[in-house]
Amino acid sequence: MDLSYSAEELAFRDEVRGWLAANLPAELTKKVSDYEELSRDDLLSWHKILARKGWVAPSWPREWGGTSWNVVQRYIFEEECGYAGAPPLVPFGLAMCAPVLLKFGSEAQKKRFLPRIYNGDDFWCQGYSEPGSGSDLASLKTRAVRQGEHYLVNGQKIWTTLGHFADWIFCLVRTDASVAKRQEGISFLLIDMKTPGITVRPLILMDGGHEVNEVFFEDVKVPLENLVAEEGKGWTVAKYLLGHERMNTGRIGASKRELAKLKEFAAAQTKDGRPLIEDARFRDKVTRVEVELMALEITNLRFLDQLRGGRAPGAEVSMLKIKGTEIQQALTELMMQAVGPLAQPFAPTGGAEGFDGFTAALAPRYCNFRKTTIYAGSNEIQRNIIAKMSLGL
Amino acid sequence: MNFDYNEEQQLLADSVRRFMQKDYDFEARRKIVASAEGWSPPAWATLAEMGLLGLPFSPDYDGFGGGAVDMMSVMEAIGEALVVEPYLPTVGLAAQFIARAGSEAQKKAILPKVVAGELKMAFAQTEKGARYDLAHVATAAKKAGGGWQLDGTKCVVLGAPIADQLVVSARTSGKAGEAQGISLFLVERKAAGVTLRPYRTLDGLRAADLMLKGVELGADALIGPEGGALALIEQVTDFATALVCAEAVGAIKHANDATLEFLKTRKQFGVPIGTFQALQHRMVDMVISLEQARSMACLACSKVDNEKDSGERRRAVSAAKIRVSDACRHVSQEAVQLHGGMGMSEELKVSHSFRRLTMIALQFGDADHHLGRFAAIPARAA
Repeated sequence: MDLSYSAEELAFRDEVRGWLAANLPAELTKKVSDYEELSRDDLLSWHKILARKGWVAPSWPREWGGTSWNVVQRYIFEEECGYAGAPPLVPFGLAMCAPVLLKFGSEAQKKRFLPRIYNGDDFWCQGYSEPGSGSDLASLKTRAVRQGEHYLVNGQKIWTTLGHFADWIFCLVRTDASVAKRQEGISFLLIDMKTPGITVRPLILMDGGHEVNEVFFEDVKVPLENLVAEEGKGWTVAKYLLGHERMNTGRIGASKRELAKLKEFAAAQTKDGRPLIEDARFRDKVTRVEVELMALEITNLRFLDQLRGGRAPGAEVSMLKIKGTEIQQALTELMMQAVGPLAQPFAPTGGAEGFDGFTAALAPRYCNFRKTTIYAGSNEIQRNIIAKMSLGL
Repeated sequence: MNFDYNEEQQLLADSVRRFMQKDYDFEARRKIVASAEGWSPPAWATLAEMGLLGLPFSPDYDGFGGGAVDMMSVMEAIGEALVVEPYLPTVGLAAQFIARAGSEAQKKAILPKVVAGELKMAFAQTEKGARYDLAHVATAAKKAGGGWQLDGTKCVVLGAPIADQLVVSARTSGKAGEAQGISLFLVERKAAGVTLRPYRTLDGLRAADLMLKGVELGADALIGPEGGALALIEQVTDFATALVCAEAVGAIKHANDATLEFLKTRKQFGVPIGTFQALQHRMVDMVISLEQARSMACLACSKVDNEKDSGERRRAVSAAKIRVSDACRHVSQEAVQLHGGMGMSEELKVSHSFRRLTMIALQFGDADHHLGRFAAIPARAA
């Protein structure tokens, strides 16, 4: 048994690390470090830097711009980006729509959309959840009715992350309501957000931030050529996408960065005249998170090692998601607790001068991160998946 | 043994709840939080009319002579409705110093006005680096011209932008962290040299950082004995901590009620999600947290009223705050999780109770602080 990376893997990590040090813009890292909201331009500028380097879509086939890295290299790359404080790559185009097009799309669809996704010309969002369909996605009601050369789409999506930035949305819609099995009669459509009849309404979350939306469709005309896979096969596509979640779902690199920051930050706070990090009660909590993170990193590497053979990931991804999000939440909570009573200020009402924005961002960030155990398949659903897929329960 | 409210307390509880339901529902609260002032003069007037502002003060100053146990139901209703009026800063904190240690002249000048709803107050104590240590006071009070001069900075003074009068802790001798040498002063919020940096808190309250620069006060601004205020600060903070425990019980109750309703009505996979055993058990644990928190709120409120032994009082209050803070975290996190995305939304009251509970968990000391305080006090032999 050898838990360390091979010489080649270490060399690869150093190459990535060196490149990031030279090419990741400091102003973006600062925004990430200061917990500032990232604009559309912030997200796209990092996307485009990676696209120019040829590293924006490592897992794609070589002919479309992939890097031919193996799973371990891809993992190293993603974790190094997180550890360096790079903005997240918005997954909806690169890691969700593109794999679907590569697997199910027509040649024309691939040619039309993939290069634009790669270069960041189109900003994508995901139209899955509906007000009545969260964990139970197959109960979705948004209707698409064929009319001549178009589908006529009516309905509503909810929790559409960054929908207000998006040029395109991929949607699960119901094309046949008469089927007995709910999973049938669902189709996968690509919809231009500029099409008349689409309304995007912001949903403000409890941290005051705008990142999710409701998207309403009223007689929206979608060309038939925007159907991906056969009509009625949308559920197959959706399931494929679920199994295609990236293996960095544990977000270990980003959590390592936050852990280091927490320790540094807690050393600068005082409790009874001494650095807070020397307070055993607080330090033990930090240590428990650190140990959990160490375990998760090794677990993640063990899974990757098993995947080297080319086997598709299974319930492991669910385990990584559960532990990874719990760790992220614990880190945001400890950052908030580190400042004690100073976590209370939220928004200045009489001018921003002298207002400590960073400290005031800690409690809202703790609030915001409650979403991580809810989104992308709640942790309850992830546990169901493990129970069913791995344990046969 | 009797855990029931007496008849008067029960009547009060009912009328407070009726008022909240009628005039302080979620929509009304949203408007108040969003208003420029951040509080509601009509609601404050009603609190005065109902006698709630005079509950814990002596009849000699128009009060009703009650204590923390009498205020429990009020605090619980405030918690349930997520009231943002400066009730705790005024009645539970700042005016307590006057009532307990003020001169006759101070009592006469302040308390009847508080009771009538004509005077709002705030307690300026926390400083940068103090965390929850009440002795960490560096703000300086020097004798000057027959009176006092204050210099220093206070942080997160809840209710300060709304207050007419402030009670400010300052050092008349010694240095930050020392028990001796802390004194209390009555300061007009608009006094020369007082500058506010106001903000809204995460949970929708108004607060401010306070800059005191050469604030000149008369000799009569001193509250209680010079240099010996720490024990009183601790006593009043314990009183307010017991009250905020009762407030937490109300906010937890709302979070639980909303979550239970959601589990019964939200359908996925063709059935209410409350039929899933995994979620049922979590809901049950939330209810257990509520009951444990309620018990400790009862203990704390009862001890701050009746316990003469200050060690015993501090032990009870810290025990209560530990259990209540844990319950605040547990219930708020689970309520949001079980609501799914909706629990994250600004539009749902449950996300507001999440924020209030998160802040109560750290107000007057988080669980870690009170674990340390509790452990340092020897238990009295039974």
